[in-house]
Amino acid sequence: MNIKKTLAISASTIALAIVATSTSALAERTDLSVGMVLEPEHLDPTAGAAAAIDEVVYANVFEGLTRINEDGSVAPALAESWEISDDGKVYTFKLRSGAKFHDGTDLDAGDVVFSLDRARSGDSTNAQKALFAAIESVEAVDPTTVTVTLSEAAGSFLYNMGWGDAVIVAPESADTNKEKPIGTGPFKFDRWSRGVSVDLVKSDDYWGDAPALEKVSFRFIADPAAATAALQAGDVQAFPNFPAPEAIAAFEADPRFAVEIGSTEGETILSTNNAKPPFDNVLVRRAIAHAIDRQAIIDGAMFGLGTPIGTHFAPHNAAYVDLTGQSAFDPEKARGLLAEAGFADGFSATIKLPPPSYARRGGEIVAAQLREVGIDLEIIPVEWAQWLEQVFRNKDYDLTIVSHTEPNDIGIYARDDYYFQYDNVVLEAVIEKLDRTADPDDRTALFAEAQQIVADDAVNGFLFQLAKSGVWDAKLEGLWENSPVQANDMTKVRWTE
Amino acid sequence: MAAFILRRFLMLIATLFVASLIVFAVLEIVPGDPARLMLGLNASEDAIEALRNEMGLNQPIIPRYVSWVGGLLIGDFGTSYTYRVAVSELVTERIVVSLPLAILALALSTSIALPVALLAARHRGTSADTAIMTATQVGVAIPNFWFALLLVYLFAVTLQWVPAVGFPGWGDDPAGSLTALILPAIALALPQAAILSRVTRSALLEALSQDYIRTARAKGVAEGDVLWKHALRNALIPVLTILGLQFAFLLAGTIIIENVFTLPGLGRLIFQAITQRDLIVVQSVVMLLVVTVISINFLVDIAYAWADPRLRGQR
Repeated sequence: MNIKKTLAISASTIALAIVATSTSALAERTDLSVGMVLEPEHLDPTAGAAAAIDEVVYANVFEGLTRINEDGSVAPALAESWEISDDGKVYTFKLRSGAKFHDGTDLDAGDVVFSLDRARSGDSTNAQKALFAAIESVEAVDPTTVTVTLSEAAGSFLYNMGWGDAVIVAPESADTNKEKPIGTGPFKFDRWSRGVSVDLVKSDDYWGDAPALEKVSFRFIADPAAATAALQAGDVQAFPNFPAPEAIAAFEADPRFAVEIGSTEGETILSTNNAKPPFDNVLVRRAIAHAIDRQAIIDGAMFGLGTPIGTHFAPHNAAYVDLTGQSAFDPEKARGLLAEAGFADGFSATIKLPPPSYARRGGEIVAAQLREVGIDLEIIPVEWAQWLEQVFRNKDYDLTIVSHTEPNDIGIYARDDYYFQYDNVVLEAVIEKLDRTADPDDRTALFAEAQQIVADDAVNGFLFQLAKSGVWDAKLEGLWENSPVQANDMTKVRWTE
Repeated sequence: MAAFILRRFLMLIATLFVASLIVFAVLEIVPGDPARLMLGLNASEDAIEALRNEMGLNQPIIPRYVSWVGGLLIGDFGTSYTYRVAVSELVTERIVVSLPLAILALALSTSIALPVALLAARHRGTSADTAIMTATQVGVAIPNFWFALLLVYLFAVTLQWVPAVGFPGWGDDPAGSLTALILPAIALALPQAAILSRVTRSALLEALSQDYIRTARAKGVAEGDVLWKHALRNALIPVLTILGLQFAFLLAGTIIIENVFTLPGLGRLIFQAITQRDLIVVQSVVMLLVVTVISINFLVDIAYAWADPRLRGQR
């Protein structure tokens, strides 16, 4: 009997053990802590330019009519389909049925009308009001159909509606989205411990495919060394924009981690005040272009991460034209061009550098390179707030280094009174035509034309495309390698094994 | 004693008034528009103007100063420009991290420094004294943020005893929160302890060379009592000065340490607020720190008077 009992017990123990192992194999991990350098000031993407806002809520909490995919393409989101009138002016959007806001209310055409009207109204505090500039009127046809009428055809309208600044919000919650965002996305806001983290949890009534993760916590870690330690200690399992390039090699050597070096929309440029002598002379600007050794800057300032660019365009974009050869590193030629411009003995100027390391470290290297051809730069470090005030607003600068992170933003060269102070009617005509063109092939040709003009005039020194270095647990999949928009899209992220 | 305290208190009020003027004026002069910063490069002028109105930045300067100081007096710190939350709420959330951290660090540094200093003073010139002095020299030289990183790599990354970053919150996990403060407190305390023990040791040695110590020894007081009762009390004035300065320094030091450990304290709040030009938060937190530091000086003054009755009659 004793033997029998023992056997019975061992059998049931074994059975239990089998059940236990199999359930533990089935019970995938469903929580994730994601590291971010900056904490958003609030969580409403329609009322702020900070990348950190979109990096928490875009595609996770809030959705627009369209969305931008990882490859930069436009895909349907809250609009499941659309029709465009022949003149390209009237867009009729068919809304997704069954989409609900996280407070339980249904999404309907009225919410879309409200969101777009709010963004373009006179007292709107939308940071990208230009996205809505083409809209003449927005009307609800029935609860699931919206027509948007444009004042003239706009080639990038569907893309524009995929920005975080164009997400659809509900009238009831629009004013409180800053603290308690209510969207239609697969995750809903759970809580915000200021200074520590924002927590999201899976929304049970999402209209689309349910995400694999139940809980996502975005943790804010400003210090690069602390970010490294947090990953190594396992306190965060992913850091999509890892701030310590010097530690990348160590993570690459560690099998517990996956390192993905991708691209961003950030063209890092030596912005030049085109209205201020001697920079108003195209020969001087071309001389600067030839005096710059891009690879030396990438190696010295960015630990080798970054792709050289020869114009204001992202190399991963299909319409990109590689013009780096046109302004190849050639100090001899640079000195010749300076002599031709009447500056055989060189000249002195200033360079104002904002806080990011690409600017501070890159600026020192640029200054050393320009000194080689006789241009003596005085380095002036500035804070962001000072940079915006002095450089961007008052145009009180000679040179500066900054990364322009908005996607597809070559149009800024056609803007009146932009801080480059560049003025070219030919380019303005190209950009205007581009705005009205929807055909992809025509757009590519126009983009190429614009890239060439900007490179020919050497409007700015074109340095490199900012890399995105992501470090995460090797068992994670579905994180974005590139960032065509500033986002940490968690919808496809899962733990494997 | 009462007259002494009253005099000091009036000086405290005057200092606070001047400080409020300076803090407000400096932040008015600092370039940078919080609305422009928030809306970024592509923002249109009318969107920025709308936000400036919403933030109350378009009001004239004098009414803004008056309403700020008036608010401070009744405990209303205003509303943060960027977070859109009452500043008092932000400060309360943060102070429950920073204050325990500073107190913990101060307690730690004092409880290390005093025995060490007594030991070194008592055994002056021996190898124990030399060893202690060398160690404190190293302690003074090490920057606290670097020491903090070493602690993180040893205890969080390698040994995994404590988390490397973060703070679970007193409400959710009191034990975890206390654990999260241990490494930062050590990082803050050890360099302070090094300074404090050096100062205390010299003050003790100074006191020990006085005639009354010789007298005490001559009449047969035990060596321990000589140190504790006669020398230490007389050595307290410089030690109190350093302690007062250190508490103020600890609050400032938390800015760096809180960043290294990613603790949601006052230091990180003020750091973020400065970069975001959230001037109302900066003003209010700086004022709060000014009040703290001035109050500590006030308490130190009173402590002087307690430690040394001769000071009570002065001025």
